[in-house]
Amino acid sequence: MLELSSVAHGDAEMNQQRREFLKKAGLGALAGLGAAAGLFPAFGLEKTDPSVFSDNPVPGKTRWGMLIDTRKCREGCTECIVACHHTHNVPDFGNSKNQVKWIWKSRYDKAFPTSSKQFQSDDVQARQVLTLCNHCVEPPCTRACPTEATFRRWDGIVSMDYHRCIGCRFCMAACPYGSRSFNWQDPRPGIKELSDTYPTRERGVVEKCNFCSERLVKDQLPACVDTCPEKALMFGDLNDPESAIRKMLKANETMQRKPELGTLPSLFYII
Amino acid sequence: MIEKALKGNRAYWAWVALLLVFIGIGITAYGRQMSLGLGVTGMGRDISWGVYISQFTFLVGVAASAVMVVLPYYLHNQKAFGKMVIVGEFLAVSAALMCMLFILADMGKPQRVLNVLRYPSPHSMVFWDVMVLNGYLLLNIISGWAVLGAERKGVPAPSWTKALIYLSIPWAFSIHTVTAFLFAGLPSRHLWLTAVLAPRFLASAFAAGTAILILISFILKKVAGYDAGKEAREKLVVLCAYAGLANFFLLGTEFFTAFYSNVPEHMHSFQYLYFGLDGHAPLVPFMWFSLILGLTSVAVFLTPPLRRLNGWMIAAGIGIVLSIWIDKGVGLVIGGFIPTPLDAIVDYMPTLTELSVTLGIWSIGLLVLTVLLKVAISVKMQD
Repeated sequence: MLELSSVAHGDAEMNQQRREFLKKAGLGALAGLGAAAGLFPAFGLEKTDPSVFSDNPVPGKTRWGMLIDTRKCREGCTECIVACHHTHNVPDFGNSKNQVKWIWKSRYDKAFPTSSKQFQSDDVQARQVLTLCNHCVEPPCTRACPTEATFRRWDGIVSMDYHRCIGCRFCMAACPYGSRSFNWQDPRPGIKELSDTYPTRERGVVEKCNFCSERLVKDQLPACVDTCPEKALMFGDLNDPESAIRKMLKANETMQRKPELGTLPSLFYII
Repeated sequence: MIEKALKGNRAYWAWVALLLVFIGIGITAYGRQMSLGLGVTGMGRDISWGVYISQFTFLVGVAASAVMVVLPYYLHNQKAFGKMVIVGEFLAVSAALMCMLFILADMGKPQRVLNVLRYPSPHSMVFWDVMVLNGYLLLNIISGWAVLGAERKGVPAPSWTKALIYLSIPWAFSIHTVTAFLFAGLPSRHLWLTAVLAPRFLASAFAAGTAILILISFILKKVAGYDAGKEAREKLVVLCAYAGLANFFLLGTEFFTAFYSNVPEHMHSFQYLYFGLDGHAPLVPFMWFSLILGLTSVAVFLTPPLRRLNGWMIAAGIGIVLSIWIDKGVGLVIGGFIPTPLDAIVDYMPTLTELSVTLGIWSIGLLVLTVLLKVAISVKMQD
């Protein structure tokens, strides 16, 4: 796999600052954990250190993207899903109506409903494809949002502000990929094992995959990419022509979900 | 002036009491929704809007249709509508109020509703909808109330009311256009992604709204002895008939484009609503009932001997309201979510809690309308 920091930011100074931030964040997290007697994830309690934002990021310089090699993805394997949902405290209620999901498997023809289904090989027809937020360059969800609670970040990640979301669910109606989930009930009872890596949410707000922005800032790859035992997922900067993901995109024929809508997804698939 | 709403006969108070009971039921159900979350409704991950947004969509149309009496009266001097104008304006006020309550009821975090104003986002159609709906409510309540107050004192209405009334005319078109744009700009929801959605919204609104005005005029004649006049009703019937015709014509063009082009995504929602899709056909009987009832009612309104008879007029009026309520208040919103972005067909069934909240909001709207019309009629009849 690729070394994230070298792809994302060649700037050594910035890396140094990030390490400083990590130290501070780590101490803050510990303090927070102590304060809450270890009962709640510490993230929400920790104060933001403004010094990490002093180096103004250049909007559009980086564009995170993912390449999924569906040929490598093993049937029945759910390790990436389990890892993502655990690390982000995604609840599981065991019912599809109130379901919250960030990453899941869909049948090939469901993930690509407008692609040709004629005389396809049995293998492709039966294939399960990972589906998650596409982190579009032209996201219909952020356009529909009346409060900027969902927005496209400087690095291309379509992000959520859970404290601003009013729960109108326009973003859900706008998303052409079904990537967004609403908290129809209090999510906390549905979390089997609390993780302190990401804050839990309240009922009444929308959530979705955040490309592990909380891990990227710590120089870690997204949880799904990190855990995949088959190395079927690749992550990197789509704006860097020298990145491994760009080289793979150049060397392979890839597909995107509903490209006809002009949303410009940052997810690519090798079928 | 409001004190006039406190004087009424037994039937008036019985009606008010009934509405208060329904409001109580609605508030109780909303309390349940607030404490447990929107999961108590039939909505879910795939069909993420339901009865609330449907009622909102239908009622924006009812609010907009006040223009069907205001415009002819103020711009074309149609004196026949003299007694109906205030009814139309107050109907618009109560309908706009219900719209806002339905939006609030649908929100996951209603306590954050002011975020829409704190972080104004012109790229979001919701922002514009909140602006135009609030503006429309204010325009109608202020101008209606001021004109009525002047009438009570026997003086001409202040000249600024004219400006507000003229402004309310294009404003009425804007509220329903923006409401259509809430839906018509979403990619991949093919039932909504159509340029005729806004025109169709306006046509169906003017049909349903004028039909409601006709029905209200009959009710007021019976319960309060306030007769808007045969001429006013007959003019409304004509407006209703042609608006209804335009609505069904536009629906027909939708059918043509979807089925002649044979593009699967364009056909799916219509197949689900009118014929069934992959064995799912829960709304098919309702949609055909709506279509046949609507076309029959329009035919009655277009047949001169029938449309002059009160019984037929009332039946066809109810028919048009019911037809459009099913089409717009049920089929359009639910059908737009089928199939889901992942090509699944999910059926939706509202829960008792959801229906109770809906009943409560309708009752609040009817109570406000009752009080406003009570005041208006008391002034008009000088008792």
